[in-house]
Amino acid sequence: MSNKARWIVLAVFAAALVLYLAAHFRAARGTSGSEAHELAPEFSLTDLSGQKLDLASHKGKVVLLDFWATWCKPCREEIPHFADLQNKYAAQGFQVIGISMDDSPEPVVEFYREFKMNYPVAVGDAKLGERYGGVLGLPVTFLIGRDGRIYHRHIGAMDVLVIEKEINTLLQAR
Amino acid sequence: MNPRSRIVAGLALGWPIVVFIALWMAAFATSSGASPSGDPSNQPLIQPDELVKILQSPKADKPLLFQVGFYSLYAQAHIPGSQYLGPTAKPDALDRLRKRVEKLPRGKFIVLYCGCCPWSHCPNISPAYEALKSMSFTNVKLLYIPGNFGADWVNKGYPVTQGD
Repeated sequence: MSNKARWIVLAVFAAALVLYLAAHFRAARGTSGSEAHELAPEFSLTDLSGQKLDLASHKGKVVLLDFWATWCKPCREEIPHFADLQNKYAAQGFQVIGISMDDSPEPVVEFYREFKMNYPVAVGDAKLGERYGGVLGLPVTFLIGRDGRIYHRHIGAMDVLVIEKEINTLLQAR
Repeated sequence: MNPRSRIVAGLALGWPIVVFIALWMAAFATSSGASPSGDPSNQPLIQPDELVKILQSPKADKPLLFQVGFYSLYAQAHIPGSQYLGPTAKPDALDRLRKRVEKLPRGKFIVLYCGCCPWSHCPNISPAYEALKSMSFTNVKLLYIPGNFGADWVNKGYPVTQGD
C-alpha cells in the first residue's frame, strides 16, 4: 500500500470514527443528564369519567403520555400494549395517560369501553399539542421521568420492547 | 510491511468502517417509510415540492386543497388555502367531502392531503380518493406525505398557517 493510499484509508477511518462517536455521544446525552431534558408542560383536563386529569398529580411517577386517535391504526395497535404496561408497572410508580386527538369525545368513550382501557384518557386540542412541540402526526408518545422531565419523544408507532426498556430505565432512576 | 501484516492492518482499519456503514444504512432503513396501504405507484400522487411550486406560481391552475385529517392537526398547521374536512375514515367527514364537491365540474383540480400518520397507515386518504373517483372526478391528486405532516411538510419549511 502506497503512503498516499494509507493516508486516504486513515482519513476515511478518522472521519467515520468522528461521525460515529458524535452520534453515539449525542444519543447517550439523550438518555442521561436530567438538566438536558425539558420539563413536561403541565395540563389540567377532564378525563372521560369526569375526573380531573392533570400531570402535576402524577409527579414522582414515570408517565407515558400517548397522543392518539380512535381512527389511527398504529395508535389502536399500541393501546393494548400500553394497557399491559400499566398493569405490569403501576406498582412501581408508572402511569399511562392517553390524550385523544379525536375531533369529538363520543367515539373515544365508545373506544375506551370496547378496548377496556385501564388508564385515564382525556380529549386534547391543538393548544395542548403545540405546548408539546406540535402533535403533527399520530401517534406521538412521550416518556416523562419521575422528575417531570421528558426523556423520550416517539413519533409513530414504536416497538413495545423498546418502550418497555425505556420505562424500566426511568423507573430505576430514583 | 509484509502482505500478511498488510491484511491484518487492513482488517483492523476496515472493520469499524464496515460497522459504521452498516449502522448508517440500518438507521436509514428504519427511518424510511414502509410499504404503503395504498401503493403510491398506483395512485395519482403529487409530491410536496411539486405542490409548492404550483401554489407559488402566479400562472398555475390552483387546486382545491382539502385536509382530511384531524382538526387539532389542522389547527396547529395546515397548507394555506386548504379546507378542513375531518378524518375521512369516518362517514360524516366523507359526507362533508361529497357535499362540498357535488356541484363542482368533474375536471376540477383537487388535492387531498392528511399527514396524520405514515402513508402506510393513513386511514383517511384512500376513502377520500375513492369517494371522489366514484363521483367521476378526473383530476384528483394525493399529496404524498410518507411520514407525517410535521416531518414532511412543516419541518421542510413549506408554507403553513395556523388556526381555523
